[in-house]
Amino acid sequence: MSLRISTAPHAHSPVTTQRLMLYVLIALLPAAAAGIYAFGFSALLTLCIACVSSVCAEFIWQKIAKQEVRVGDLSALVTGLILGLNLPATAPWWMVVIGSFFAIMIVKQLFGGLGDNFLNPALAARAVLLASWPVHMTNYVTPTFFQAGVDAVSTATPLATKGASLMELFLGQIPGTIGEVSKAAILVGFLFLLVTGTVNWRIPVIMVGSVFCFSWLLGGSVDGALMAILSGGVMFGAVFMATDYVTSPITPFAQVVYAFLAGLIVVVIRQFGSYPEGVTFGILLMNIVTPLLDRFLPRKIYGYQKEAKKA
Amino acid sequence: MSEKKSLGGVLLNGIVNENPTFRLVLGTCPTLAVTSSALNGLGMGAAATFVLVCSNVAISMLRKFIPDQVRIPAFIVVICTFVTMVQLLMQAFVPSLYESLGMFIPLIVVNCIILARAEAFASKNSPLPSAFDGLGMGLGFTLALTLMGSIRELIGNGSVFGVNILGASYQPMLLIVLASGGFLTFGLLLGTFNLIVKKIEKKKAAKEVQAA
Repeated sequence: MSLRISTAPHAHSPVTTQRLMLYVLIALLPAAAAGIYAFGFSALLTLCIACVSSVCAEFIWQKIAKQEVRVGDLSALVTGLILGLNLPATAPWWMVVIGSFFAIMIVKQLFGGLGDNFLNPALAARAVLLASWPVHMTNYVTPTFFQAGVDAVSTATPLATKGASLMELFLGQIPGTIGEVSKAAILVGFLFLLVTGTVNWRIPVIMVGSVFCFSWLLGGSVDGALMAILSGGVMFGAVFMATDYVTSPITPFAQVVYAFLAGLIVVVIRQFGSYPEGVTFGILLMNIVTPLLDRFLPRKIYGYQKEAKKA
Repeated sequence: MSEKKSLGGVLLNGIVNENPTFRLVLGTCPTLAVTSSALNGLGMGAAATFVLVCSNVAISMLRKFIPDQVRIPAFIVVICTFVTMVQLLMQAFVPSLYESLGMFIPLIVVNCIILARAEAFASKNSPLPSAFDGLGMGLGFTLALTLMGSIRELIGNGSVFGVNILGASYQPMLLIVLASGGFLTFGLLLGTFNLIVKKIEKKKAAKEVQAA
């Protein structure tokens, strides 16, 4: 009989990093499918390039840095897929590759790898690409739904033109990045994440709610506020990027503050800023203050009882 | 190390071991602000080198007359004199460079590399080593700025010193010539430089162990 001597803990949770990442990947599939359905072959190609190059970047880095190769934990694949879904279907291949390498090598690995990055890698890469090649990053096309005859019709995002019905916005018959167009598909993914317990409802719901409330306050109409949460990347960002474990707060109260302020920043940038969309910067800015929120907001201390107030 | 370093050692010290930009991390403000092109970096480096050499020599010669209590104001006055000279000379002979560097030329006065060398080296050493120290530090600064400027110009504009290198089909990465790109490039270069220096030192230490 062989005896194994090991230190505690002896009981392991079946929930591994790999399992969680797999759930996120599954949750992203409806949005990816909707994007591919809407934009055709070019969207599929962009997503594939993003995934493959992200995994390659992770592999190359871990080889060079002589680390254990952990491509198998799927986190690089998730980053790649989210980055791909954040790009317009017309993105040139080299831009996608640069974005993936920037996300994995500079934002994630240079700061210590998975768990130590202070920004969401995919979002940071999107911000870099947006600042570097604004023309390619905002070259949106109207969905073709595999119609014959036309390859693509280029248009501005509905945030700039304000010309789409709520139903079109919800189903995804609008120009935009690959992943953000179909809100229905994003909600399916969100439900899956909730049912499997991968993410908590707080951040997505409060962030979208905050965008709704502030748009209503500043815009003055419920219709406009509904437009605001259904257009652009609010839903996609709130469900898949604001909830990143590494870069969002841990305590419930901090999560509420985080999501609320992220929504506020989004609305402020949309209404008063020079960019039509503010989700990227809203979430990135809140990523940066996440450690502060966790540390300085009041929290429940384990095993500590409040002293009774003296009468 | 012996007390008296050779002049060549003092010179090399400024370029590698105590490179003001990559090792001491001094003078980061001009480093980030003017390195959007290789020429700007070189111009800024040259101007700072001139001031550094002249002020080091002058302060070294005056080191016995300057009372300790008022040494900082005295150093600043000496540095100001040379910066004003550089400013007028650049305005007269290279007006285009003067235009693009703008505010950063008078700001050489408060560049901490120059004050640091006056305080740490020139006020304790004779004029000749001080001149070499200034030259070494200046060259280190110039090399760092030119390298950073070249990299940023190459990626952000596809050219180096105004000469197009990557061809017309290259789509420049705008971010790198913006302020945030400056921070990114600086951080990456800083890390790379220190990694290389550390590797060299390790090799040296290993050799010494073998020899002993």
